[in-house]
Amino acid sequence: MPEPLLRLRGLTKRYRAFTLQEASLDLPPGSLMGLLGPNGAGKTTLLKAILGLVRLDAGTLTFQGRDLAQHGAELRRRIAFVPDTPAFQPGARLATLKEAHAPFYPGFDETRWKGLMADFGLDPRRKAQELSLGQRTRFALTLALAQDWDLLVLDEPTTGLDPVFRRELLQRFSEALDERRAILFSTHITSDLEDRADFVTFVRDGQVVLSDTQEAIKGRWGVVKGGLDLLDEPVRRAFKGLRETPHGFEALTDNLPGTRAHFGEQALVERPSLEDLLVLLGRKAHA
Amino acid sequence: MRILLSNASPDPIYEQILRQVRAQILSGDLKEGQALPSIRKLAQNLQISVITTKRAYDELEREGLIDTVAGKGTFVASPNLDFLQEKRIAAVEARLREAVREAEAAGLSAEDLKQMLDLLLEPDHA
Repeated sequence: MPEPLLRLRGLTKRYRAFTLQEASLDLPPGSLMGLLGPNGAGKTTLLKAILGLVRLDAGTLTFQGRDLAQHGAELRRRIAFVPDTPAFQPGARLATLKEAHAPFYPGFDETRWKGLMADFGLDPRRKAQELSLGQRTRFALTLALAQDWDLLVLDEPTTGLDPVFRRELLQRFSEALDERRAILFSTHITSDLEDRADFVTFVRDGQVVLSDTQEAIKGRWGVVKGGLDLLDEPVRRAFKGLRETPHGFEALTDNLPGTRAHFGEQALVERPSLEDLLVLLGRKAHA
Repeated sequence: MRILLSNASPDPIYEQILRQVRAQILSGDLKEGQALPSIRKLAQNLQISVITTKRAYDELEREGLIDTVAGKGTFVASPNLDFLQEKRIAAVEARLREAVREAEAAGLSAEDLKQMLDLLLEPDHA
């Protein structure tokens, strides 16, 4: 595996009611990573840390092999960002907003920007306040995609976008990737990432609970469904998430082959979808 | 190269690709020397991870069905006839094994099974 484009180690940020706790992950160049987690899990805090928008209590960030804390101003020019609810100065026209943004990013491609504006159905003469949330997101995307980026970070970019545009956007992402670039985007729409994301990172309660290639995750993890009679203490302890109903249980295992061998025909052991993982991961039994 | 991925299939995506490309090479639909899309292009077209397409190509290369030439791309390898024949024999054996299991489950004797096979092998029974 090549040296990671982005490396996070032990990122910690304490707020009064929430702590991002020792988050670590590696994002290799050439890959698309999805950041999945329920609302309030810490996705946005983690992304903001990468962007230098929060002051960390501990941890290190390395980008292209260099420390982001020391060389942030220089390195972050190679990072494009789309926030979850893009806010723009209300009275300004889109063309003016672009003029204010572009000088900070050497290599900003005017021609590509104009093309993107046309593709996304946006008129540069319109004013920011006239845009819907979906249109504001599209506009933020034009600014990011026209940058000469090595890392594209997006916070829930597909929320508020219709399925047709979402598809197009995801296609654009995979076309934009090459061997030196990477994309990191958070979402709770698992279908955006299913089979498509090279890496998936699950965040829950301020912690990175799982971060690996989607191939590896789906080869190792499984959803187990069976009757309640199969649940004894060792089995419960071995599961990584468990949901019980009067009719049976649904659980997560990180040992797909072993679980198949253990239960044989008694239980159904299936390959998990990302949604299964998002819902069940870290969910503990109510005894 | 025709690839149809099923979300309903219990088989992993890389295996679905592997099986379909292999079948097209073995059947001659994909000819020797023919270029395959790059790992990244295929991932883009199928809207899946590059790691998945890479895994499928790696496996095809290990089986000797494709060659990757650095800087040029990936091509259908020159056919290794022994290998192909071996593959076919293995496939027949696997199906027969499946038939034997099915026969056991149905309570057929070895004799019943042999008779059935003889019947299927009769020339006018195609």
